[in-house]
Amino acid sequence: MAIKLPAALSSTGTVSPNAGPEGEPPQRSAWLGAVDKVGDFWIVGVLVVMILVFGLDSPSHDLFTRASWLNTSQYAVEFLILAVGETFVILTGGIDLSVGAVLGFTGMVSGSVMQSMLSSHENSLFTTVVGFVVALALGSFIGFVNGYIITRLKLPPFIVTLGSLTAVGAAPALINGGNEISNLPSQISTLGSAAIANWVYYTVVVAAVVCIVMGLVLHRTRFGLRTYAVGSNNLGARRAGINVDAHLVKVYVISGFLGGLAGMMVMANFSVATPIAGQNDELNAIAAVVIGGASLFGGRGHMLGTVVGTFIIALLVTGLVLIGVSGSWQEVATGIIIVAAVAVDQVRLRLAER
Amino acid sequence: MSEVHAGGEPEVARVAVIATRGITKHFGTVQALRGVDLDVYAGEVVGLVGDNGAGKSTLVNILSGALQANDGSIFVDGKSVTFTSSLEARRAGIETVYQDLSLAPDLSVWANIFLGREQSVKGPLGWFHWLDRKAMARAAEADLERTRIRIGSVNSLAGRLSGGQRQAIAVGRAVAWGSRVILMDEPTAALGVEQQAKVGELVRSVSDQGVPILLISHNLPQIHALCDRVVVLFQGRVVADLRPNECSVEEIVSWITGASLAATAVTVGQLSRSGPQDGN
Repeated sequence: MAIKLPAALSSTGTVSPNAGPEGEPPQRSAWLGAVDKVGDFWIVGVLVVMILVFGLDSPSHDLFTRASWLNTSQYAVEFLILAVGETFVILTGGIDLSVGAVLGFTGMVSGSVMQSMLSSHENSLFTTVVGFVVALALGSFIGFVNGYIITRLKLPPFIVTLGSLTAVGAAPALINGGNEISNLPSQISTLGSAAIANWVYYTVVVAAVVCIVMGLVLHRTRFGLRTYAVGSNNLGARRAGINVDAHLVKVYVISGFLGGLAGMMVMANFSVATPIAGQNDELNAIAAVVIGGASLFGGRGHMLGTVVGTFIIALLVTGLVLIGVSGSWQEVATGIIIVAAVAVDQVRLRLAER
Repeated sequence: MSEVHAGGEPEVARVAVIATRGITKHFGTVQALRGVDLDVYAGEVVGLVGDNGAGKSTLVNILSGALQANDGSIFVDGKSVTFTSSLEARRAGIETVYQDLSLAPDLSVWANIFLGREQSVKGPLGWFHWLDRKAMARAAEADLERTRIRIGSVNSLAGRLSGGQRQAIAVGRAVAWGSRVILMDEPTAALGVEQQAKVGELVRSVSDQGVPILLISHNLPQIHALCDRVVVLFQGRVVADLRPNECSVEEIVSWITGASLAATAVTVGQLSRSGPQDGN
C-alpha cells in the first residue's frame, strides 16, 4: 500500500545514535552492534507486521483497499499534525497537554467567525482564508501564553498545559451555545472531501507538507539542532549562548499553531465545527511521539519516528475495526503498545550504553 | 614558554590578557570574594587553588560571565569589560571548560563543538538556512586533531563516548574558540591517570601557542607540575602567588589551609587585602 515509511525512515541518518566507529577499536559484541543497527528502525517492523496481520486477517483483505487507506489516512491527519508539534515540545523535555483543547477551541472560534461572515454575505473564499488566519493565530497565541508562563514563571510544562487543557478545553461549550456550527464555506468541506486521483485527501496533503517542512526544520536547521540541545542539556545550551527561554516559547507557539491547523483539518473532515473535536487527542499525539522513539526527558527522537508512531495508532483503530474487534479493545491495544514501545526502547538503550 | 620567564618582571612590560581588580561577590550574607586581583599573561598556565568555599568557582563563574560581580572590574587586554552573560564572555574570547563538561549527550561531537555558533548555508529559497553539517564536521575534526585525543567519528553522539573522550571534546571546543584565555574548572577530576596526563600535555601545548589557561584543580601534584604560577585563594582573597619551580607542593598546601597566612601575619604583622602578589 501507499505506506512507504520504512524506506523513508532508513534514509534519515540525522540523529541515529550509531556511534559510527570508523577506525575505532570495536568495543561492543557483535549482537549488541546488531541491536544498535536495528536501532530506531524496529518500530517500522512493528508497523509492517501490523499491516500484514490486519491485512491478512481481515475478511477479503479489506485493509488493502482504497477505502481503507482513505479512512486510515484521513483519520491520521489530525494526530499527525498535532504529533509534529508535540515532537518539538517533547524534544525540549517539555510536554504540551493542551493541543487537543486548542484544536477544539480554535475550530469553534474560527467556525463561528466564518458563520457570521457568511450570514453577512461575505465572499466564501475570503471567509475561508479569514477562518484559517483566525484559527492559526489563536492557536499560536495560546501556545505563546503556555510558553511564556512556563519560561517566565518557571513552572513545569505539565502543570501549565494541564491548566490550559482544562480552561481552553471548556471554552468550546461556551461558543454558539455549545452547538455544532455547520454553516461553513463550501471550500472547507471541499478541502475535507476531495482527494487527489481519488487516493489522497487534500487534508492528507496538508499533513504531509507539515511533516516534511517541520522535519526539515528539525533535522536540517539551526532551530532544530538547538531544539535537541535545549532538551539534551538545558544549562549547557544556555552556556553555549542559546536563548533557551525564547526558544521554548517558539516551540510552544509551533505546537499551538499546529493545534489551530489541526482544528481546521478536523472541521474540513466533518464539514462542521464541533465542540467535542480534539478531546483526548493530546494523548494520542503524545503516544505517537513516544512510540516513535522520543524520550520524554528530551533530546531524543525524530520526525519520521513520529510519523510511524502516528500510523501505528491510526492503523490500530481502523485495523481492529476491520478484523471485528470492538472499540474499547483498540484503546487497550494502544495502551499496551505505548508501554511496550518505551520498554523496548529502554532495553535497547541500556544494552547500547553498556 | 621560555619567553614567559625571560621577560623578568612582567607587570611593567606586558599587559595581562585577562586581569581583575577588586572583584567582590556576596551571596546574601555570605562573602564569597573579598577583592580579588588577578593577572594572567599570554602563554601562562596559572593554577587557581584553594579550599572548598575559598571562592574559586565563584571567580571562574564571574570571569565566564555566568555570575556578575558586586564590585570590581575585569580587564581583557587592558580594556575594562563587563559580562552580563556567558555569551558576552565568549565573544570576548574567554572560553570555559566546565566541571560537568557542558556537553549535550544527544548531539554529535561536531554539533557540540559548534553549538551556539552553527554555520549555515542559504537554502534554495533564500529564507531557509540549512546547517552546513559537512563544513562543521570537517572543522570539528581539525579542532580535535589538535587535541591529539582520539574521538573516532565526529558524527558520534557525545553521550556514547568515554569520559576521556568527552573531556577531549570539551577541551577541544574551548581551544577551538578561546582566542584570549581558557578557564578550566577541574578538567581532570573525572579522568584516569593516563588521560589526566594527556589533558596535561594538551594544556601545555595550548599555552605554548600563546593562549593562557587558568586552571582550577584539587590535584595539587598536577598543578605543581603543570603551572607556571599558582594563585591561592583563601576565604575570598588571593593570599599567595607562587612559582612552582621555587616552592613545594607542601608549601602550596600550607597556603591553602591558611597555615602560612597565619605565620605571615604573626611575623610580618600584615593581613592585607591582597596577598604578597604585587603593589597595585
